[in-house]
Amino acid sequence: MKLVYSFLFCGLICLIGQMILDNTKLTPGHITSLFVVVGAFLDIFHIYDSIIKVVGGGAQLPITSFGHSLVHGALSNTSEHGVIGLFMGMFDLTATGIVAVILFAFFFTLICKPKD
Amino acid sequence: MDRYKEIADLHKAKENRIYNSFVSFICGGVMGFLAELIIECLMNWFKLSRTDSSIYMIVIFIFISCLFTSLGFFDKLVTKFKCGLIIPITGFAHSVMSSSLDAKNEGLIYGIGSNMFKLAGSVIVYGVVSAFILGLIRYLIGGV
Repeated sequence: MKLVYSFLFCGLICLIGQMILDNTKLTPGHITSLFVVVGAFLDIFHIYDSIIKVVGGGAQLPITSFGHSLVHGALSNTSEHGVIGLFMGMFDLTATGIVAVILFAFFFTLICKPKD
Repeated sequence: MDRYKEIADLHKAKENRIYNSFVSFICGGVMGFLAELIIECLMNWFKLSRTDSSIYMIVIFIFISCLFTSLGFFDKLVTKFKCGLIIPITGFAHSVMSSSLDAKNEGLIYGIGSNMFKLAGSVIVYGVVSAFILGLIRYLIGGV
């Protein structure tokens, strides 16, 4: 059942993005930044967590999940360390994505030639 | 000048918005479906926990996106499916990969190193700024 929910949820997010792209003058850069902020906003009252519990992988793939993980990592460290936990835990959960992007991009750039 | 605008509008390539939305809905849906499928396969075959397998899933998607971009045909897919590929994490990886490929000729330090996050940096900056402000508000309200 989670497969169907994943299909619907991820498709819906992409549909909203495409509608914003077509009907306004915003570029894809604006839209991805906007979606990250929306994801961060949805997590402050743990709404996105309950979405992930129901939907599964379909909710972790879109870029909204990036903002969600930033807030989630920051907030989970505040219970131990206070305000400074916001600084310490910000990249706890998103580090995987960023490290993977940097590593793969660097090595593939060294191997491949740019095509135009 | 007004006449020119009218003629230009007549000959502008018409974008079918409903068709675009439909295509990106289907493409995004298939990506989400694959994500959940990969998670469940990893959980069943390698007996990983759900958290671990979702991290593996994100790494697999980033790897595929970087590979296709460096082989040169991910750009064509993006122009075809638009937001269906930009909104998932593949769009983030694609923007990092393409800007570092473009800057390869300028050398290792001032080319690849300094241009890698030219496009994708905005996502990280606004993500961190909004996450800090919202997290601070949530912390001050209390009861995390």
